[in-house]
Amino acid sequence: MTLTLSRPGRVAVGRRSLVTKRNIPYLLVLPALLGFVGFKAYPIVAAMYISLTTGAGAARSFVGLDNYVRLVNDPLFWTSLWNTGLILVVQVPIMLLLALLLALALNSSLVRLRGLWRLGVFMPSLTGLVAYGVMFSVILRKDAGLLNWLLSLFGVDAIDWLGSPFWARIAIVIALTWHYTGYNAVIYLAGLQSIPKDLYEAAMVDGAGSARRFWSITVPQLRPILLLTVVLSTIGTLQLFDEPFVLTGGGPDNSTLTISLYLYQNGFRYFDFGYAAAIAYALTLIVAGFGIAQMRMQKR
Amino acid sequence: MKGWALTFVLAAVFGLCVGPFYWLAMAATHANSDIFSWPPRFYPGDQLVANTAKLEESIGLVNVLGNTLFVAVVQTAGAIVVSLLAGYAFAKFQFVGRNAFFVLLLSTLVIPGGVTIIPIFEMMNDFGLIDSFPALILPSLSVPFGIFLMRQSLLAIPDELLDAARVDGAGELRVLWRVVIPVMRPVLAALAVFLFLGAWNDFLWPLIALRTPEMYTLPVALATLQGLARTDFGQVMVGTAISSLPMMVLFLVLQKQFISGLLAGATKG
Repeated sequence: MTLTLSRPGRVAVGRRSLVTKRNIPYLLVLPALLGFVGFKAYPIVAAMYISLTTGAGAARSFVGLDNYVRLVNDPLFWTSLWNTGLILVVQVPIMLLLALLLALALNSSLVRLRGLWRLGVFMPSLTGLVAYGVMFSVILRKDAGLLNWLLSLFGVDAIDWLGSPFWARIAIVIALTWHYTGYNAVIYLAGLQSIPKDLYEAAMVDGAGSARRFWSITVPQLRPILLLTVVLSTIGTLQLFDEPFVLTGGGPDNSTLTISLYLYQNGFRYFDFGYAAAIAYALTLIVAGFGIAQMRMQKR
Repeated sequence: MKGWALTFVLAAVFGLCVGPFYWLAMAATHANSDIFSWPPRFYPGDQLVANTAKLEESIGLVNVLGNTLFVAVVQTAGAIVVSLLAGYAFAKFQFVGRNAFFVLLLSTLVIPGGVTIIPIFEMMNDFGLIDSFPALILPSLSVPFGIFLMRQSLLAIPDELLDAARVDGAGELRVLWRVVIPVMRPVLAALAVFLFLGAWNDFLWPLIALRTPEMYTLPVALATLQGLARTDFGQVMVGTAISSLPMMVLFLVLQKQFISGLLAGATKG
């Protein structure tokens, strides 16, 4: 292209026609836009279509809402939903409470070697999921596992962490808590450090005790960050995959089968893409619902 | 609570957090049969070399490490360039569709990865890219978090600084290279660590997109090891330790940038 008519009466010449002052921002966002369209927008729409079909490739046929009807009547889907919800309700509050306590302790000027503790507490969240899955599957072994050895020092009998439905769920909760508590604690710590010091000084002048200062200053000031971590942890837990995949494979007796794991099994073990896509969309709805509800609470 | 009591509690928490890593490192130096002896061996053994050799034999450790490193470096570098360019546009230019695209981009943060994974798999399959490195790298080049982080940090750079360079006749790329990048170095480092961590540890997508063991990344190779009927934990422990090591080192060296980068996303998200 040598001549381009960019505006009536104006002629741009040669390569200048592409890199103009007006075009620069578009060229800058182009790579991001391509990635967005190709790997986010298109797949989201395509998954909607796939969820209305059965079979794959040339054998794919449109079946309308059949996959969703099947989903609603699938006891295993409800099991996975229940398991995910159970882990969510138990694990997230425990973890965030621990993280808050940890952040308060790490922020206390009375504590020695704060930098060291801070570093150590953050380390688990750096571990890759396979690495930490492998680590925990060994630590949690019934025979000669590290945790059972530790418990035996206190006279507790060996627990079948990964072999019994009840303990397997507890094991997932322990693993998650170990992995993510420090991460949240560091976020809280930053929040604590951004609270203006004079708020506390003024309160102390007014004779407020430490409990009073905590409830009247710390909690309200941290509120946006607290809510943020609740939203992030909820969304993360709803998509829980790696821990049950590596630790329990969803067992025993489907007690740790999560929605994402069930999605993976249908998609990439049975290659039932239509059904897996329907599960994915159900998951999206749930995540979006939780997200919106929590954002609403945040606004109030 | 008194200071020493708090310090004691924190030391105990530290032990719970770091203890498993220590034990893991020790286990990597023992033979399979000794890893599960009671009481556990909290001291080094003499099997590290043997375990590493066995690991090389079963998964091709050197090759797998090379794969992982290559994918992680290319993916990180690519995503940084894409994020910086887009963040620059979002922060410093007015253009039609800017706000709409930015909001759309951010909204994908809450879309579960499970939704996109099947169409992306089919797409890669159609392009004949399954079992190739582009299949791993391409989907992760446009990272909403990275673009967001870059935009936020670039907003803080005064326009006068950029205009001064432009007046001197510098083109936009030159402004980016000479003015923006030097100022942004700490944020770029933070993002780099963050992206590298994600790429190095990525598991689900490589597990799906790779077929032949020669192409495996370390997490995928380790997962296949564990699936065997009689797992030799000596080599598994070596592999796990090796996969954790770079992150630990990177974090220790760059912890300040890393945490600030993490928080830029967390407290403003």
